[in-house]
This record gives sequence, structure tokens and C-alpha cells, in this order.
Amino acid sequence: MREVAIVAFGQSDHRRDTAEISEVEMLMPVLHQVLDAVGLRAGEIDFTCSGSCDYLAGRAFSFTMTLDGVGAWPPISESHVEMDGAWALYEAWTRLLTGEAETALVYSYGKSSPGDLREVLTRQLDPYYVAPLWPDSVSLAALQAQALLDAEDTGADERALAGVAARSRTAAEGNPHAQLTGSPPPEALLEDPYVVRPLRRHDCPPVGDGAAAVVLAAGDTARRLCRRPAWIRGIDHRTEAHSLGVRDLTRSPSTRLAAERAGAFEAPVDLAELHAPFTSQELILRRELRLGEGVRVNPSGGALAANPLMAAGLIRLGEAAAAIHRGAADRALAHATSGPCLQQNLVAVLEGDDT
Amino acid sequence: MTPAPSPEALQAPLVVEFPFTRSLGPVQSAFLTGLRERTVLGVRTTDGRVLMPPVEYDPVTADELSDLVEVAPIGTVTTWAWNPSPRRGQPLPTPFAWVLVRLDGADTALLHALDAPGPDAVRTGMRVRIRWAGERVGAITDIACFEPYDGAGGGRAVPHTGEFTDPVDGIVAPARLDYTYAPGRAQSRYLKALAGRTTYGERCPSCRKVYVPPRGACPTCGVATDEQVEVGPRGTVTTFCIVNIKARNLDIEVPYVYAHIALDGADLALHARIGDIPYDEVRMGLRVEPVWSEDGRYPDHYRPTGEPDADYDTYKELL
Repeated sequence: MREVAIVAFGQSDHRRDTAEISEVEMLMPVLHQVLDAVGLRAGEIDFTCSGSCDYLAGRAFSFTMTLDGVGAWPPISESHVEMDGAWALYEAWTRLLTGEAETALVYSYGKSSPGDLREVLTRQLDPYYVAPLWPDSVSLAALQAQALLDAEDTGADERALAGVAARSRTAAEGNPHAQLTGSPPPEALLEDPYVVRPLRRHDCPPVGDGAAAVVLAAGDTARRLCRRPAWIRGIDHRTEAHSLGVRDLTRSPSTRLAAERAGAFEAPVDLAELHAPFTSQELILRRELRLGEGVRVNPSGGALAANPLMAAGLIRLGEAAAAIHRGAADRALAHATSGPCLQQNLVAVLEGDDT
Repeated sequence: MTPAPSPEALQAPLVVEFPFTRSLGPVQSAFLTGLRERTVLGVRTTDGRVLMPPVEYDPVTADELSDLVEVAPIGTVTTWAWNPSPRRGQPLPTPFAWVLVRLDGADTALLHALDAPGPDAVRTGMRVRIRWAGERVGAITDIACFEPYDGAGGGRAVPHTGEFTDPVDGIVAPARLDYTYAPGRAQSRYLKALAGRTTYGERCPSCRKVYVPPRGACPTCGVATDEQVEVGPRGTVTTFCIVNIKARNLDIEVPYVYAHIALDGADLALHARIGDIPYDEVRMGLRVEPVWSEDGRYPDHYRPTGEPDADYDTYKELL
């Protein structure tokens, strides 16, 4: 099979509100950053794929506006998914595997600040039985967290959740793009009131705006563009049944299956970037991905430090790849999620060549 | 905390509202009609499980399902979350618990609200029953909410035909989302100047083209346009159409002409209505100028200037 690698990664500074700039104004510097890193112009990229969601900013066909930032004329080979950019990367990866393209630009962005995100996300739910009740995203995550706390086989408690929050936001102090950095110790966090019990503020991701981009390249092109390419050894995505009431919310069989298909269990990883917007979800993912204590999890701070919707999953792939680029990891796992309560999950395994 | 936008950025409220009209299949129709009649239906899978709420295809095997059963309006909370500040559209106006409830006779759980005095009165495993809405129409909201219950159990699921008189075959699901729209730097500059009756395009530093209205990026070169260039106010009709359909909420007599207009100095045509000329006399090359309403922040329409028509070669690249 053709070898495909992530050869460049860039992201914006993620912020609570970016009212002074449009989506394309937010995205364009990130596109320039990754293209400059590989010394290519947009017209020299064989395939471009983006991920975004019009509902976030309430702006119809916003992805056609952001294409202006790519420079799509004369017409380029281009595609778009109404999903996190991790799934746009998956589409671009398949395109490179066919041999029809040597390079691909993948980007995604989300501007949640214009709307009420908790309300907006209710519109992705089953329109017959669930959406008419307007259950907001934090409430659904809280149902999953309570199920985890109730389960006897997890050992999870609110202290463990606070521990995830404190560790993530402390790690984010080293991430200049993060929206939330630093944390009181877990014991102090537990004195805060609940947002939606059993979730406190620290258990929830910040709402914010941001963008990310990566460049993919195949074989020798990747070696030419990048000193140490992050080879995609495996990538797979799987989904759960859409009805929350038929799922065991304490487990994520789609993550387990995607990880198996991506080859995650064939050798240990030294780094994992998990897209766990809520603290309880990290505990679920760690179990499904069989991550031991020796694995560094989310040194970037993860989604608890910055969760720009539609970009946060792609950022996990980008952060894992960047760690390989700079020699800070040799075999890394990256995970992205989409939908309520870990509805859909993507797992990729990235490796760097021996140095 | 939302920091104040920089002073040059415009913002405006934006409401997106749709009344989605959705049709129902046979299983969903029976379930929602049943709720109207205070009857709770599930569907039995080929391996004998009862799914409630019922769906038309088995989420595990993808088998088509139609074997309806009636389950009890009584059940057990399988997980919960305390919602201290209910939001617009949610089932109860006062603090409540979101719950997944497995009704007696069912193997899966339904998401809804539980009316309870406080979080200390809620726990996983507690027994609850449906509180029906006073007025029921065949929708999930026919269940007003659940309430605590300490009576007898509901027993096993029993077969049901799913037949009711006057079944519902669709739902109307209104959806409203409120935004604060911000157009960004380039469009804010454009809109502010326009309110002062000046039209600014922005020039691409690479290909030198002037875009109006500017959107912040050159779509050919993919770079920021940041040099403001005053264009117009006059321009040339590059192409047009004659509109014969009256738009709702628009007080314009049909037929009227809608045109692409290349403002003098611009490299991209914008579009606007042409007025003050019979519709069948509008032509390519017609020279036009903006007409501003009394307190308008943008031109109401464009009208002929009386100049000779522009030569085709002057605008052929802008078609």
C-alpha cells in the first residue's frame, strides 16, 4: 500500500470570541503557515479537503467563502465534509492512496462564538424523538459521565474527572495556541458548583473559535517536503447507533474497533492525542484504547484546553504528527470524535522513521 | 466572558428559523400516535429484544422491524443528570433531571426529563412513571416528563397491532437558533463606507484585481486583500435577468430587472436591481449609477446615467 504522511501542521490561537474577523480571515494565516512549511503554493497541491459546519456561525455555505483563502481559481480539485477536519483528512488519505494525488491540503475551522453552542448542537440529534426536547450538549455528556460514575467496573469518581482536567490544563501551559491554561489542584476544583451534575465547569471544554490545517504527501514527496514525515500507518473510523438509549454509554466499541482496524494494538504507542471534550470521555477512551500509564496523553492539553468545533479532531492528528516531526514521539495514536457522547470515532496511528 | 469586539467590527442579530415538516414511517407513526392515546409502544427485534423508543431498523443487525409491542408507562432510571437552569425548548421550566429511562418490558432506554425536587431525590435505579401532557398531538412531547413512582411494576411487553384511528403521519418540528453575526474586517470596512455612500473595493496585492464587495481574500491567489480602493459610483451592466415572480415581503412591482454591475474601477461585478427605466429597455453595456433611499445604508437600486453604452470590450472580462 502507498505510504502517506502528515508533513505539516498549523493551527490558529483558539479564542472565546473572534468577532473582529470572518471565517476566512481566521483561516487564511493557518493555510499560509502550512503551505510555507512545505514550500508549496495552493495551486501546486493536488487535492484539497475541508471540514466545517454552517450551523455553528449560522452562515450558509460558509465553506465556499473560506475557499477564497485557498485560492481556488483556476478550479482546483476540492471536497468538503460537514464534519470535523479529521474526517476530511480521512477522505484526503484515501485520495492519496488511489495514486491520483501526491499532495493534499486539509483544513477545518469552527466559529462557535456567534451562536449558543449548547443549543446549536441539539440540531444534530434524532429529529423525531430527541431534538424536540432540546437536550443540550453538556447535559448529554453529563448523562454519560453519571453512567460512568455508577458503573462498578471503572473505578471512576469525581476526583478522577477533576484529575483529568487539572492534568490537561496544566499541560496546556506549554501550548501557545490553547484557550484555557493552568488549573488549581483537583481537590480545589471539586469545591466548584456543578454546571450539569455530575459535570462541573472544569469537566467541560471551553467554547471557542479556531482553525487548523495539515498537508499530506505520499512516499518520496513526503520525504522531500519534511525532514521526518509522520507516516499514517493506519486510520479507521466507526460509529455507534444514534439512539443514546441503546448504547452502553460507559463503553466506546466504535473506538475499540477503529483502533483495531488502524493497527493501534500491534505495538505500543508512546504518545496519544485524544479528542475527549469532557473529562469523563478521556477515561472511557483510555480503556478502549488500552493506554497504559507509560503513554503520554494529550501533552497539548487536548480538547479541555481548546475545542474549536470541527477543528479539534484534526488538531489531535496534527499535534501527534508535529510531535513525530520534532522527534518527541516515534509512534503516536491520534483520535477524533464527533456527535454526542462519543457517537463517532476515528483513530489513526502515526510513526516516524528511525532517526 | 465575551470580550468586546474591536471598535471597527460590525455585529448584528441573526435569527435562523425553520419549521421542519417531517414524515413518519409505519413504526414511528404508530409510536407517536400511541403517545397521543397514552399507549407506549416498542418494537421487537429478530433476536427478541424490545427497543423503546422503537425504530424501523435494528441498530445492530439492520433488520427491518415491524413487530410492535406495548410496554408499561413505568420504568427505571438508567442514568441521570441534574439540569439546574433549563433552557428554551426543554421539557420543564423549573430545574429537572435529564434521565434515560428503561420502561418495564423494554430493553433500551428513552431520553426525557424527570420532575424531581432536587438532585438528592434522583438516583440511578429509581422507579419513575410517565406524566402525560394535557394536550397531546402525536409527538415525543406528549410525554410531559417522568415523575417518581413507588407503585407496582409494569410487567412484560405484550403484542400490539399498532393500529389507531386517525394516525399521525408527520411532525412539524420548529427550530430557532439565535446568532450575533459578525462579518469580519473586510466586510465591516465595506459596509461602514457604504453607509456613507462610498463604495470600497479591496485590491489583491498579488494579481492587483479589485474585489467588490470585498470578503478579505483574493479567491484566485488565496491572500488577504488589504488595500482599499474607492470604486464607482457609476458602473456598467454586464448581464441581467428579468424577474417575473413577486418575492414575499418585497414591495417591488414585477417585472423588474436584476443585473450584474461592474462598478468603474472594480474587477468583479456586484448585483443589484435596475430601476427608473422600462424593464425591456435594459441592455448589456447600459451605464448606471446608484440611487440611495432617504436613510438607506446601501443603494436602493441603480438607474441609467444617460451616458452612451459602454463598449463590449471594456467589460467582457467581467461577465
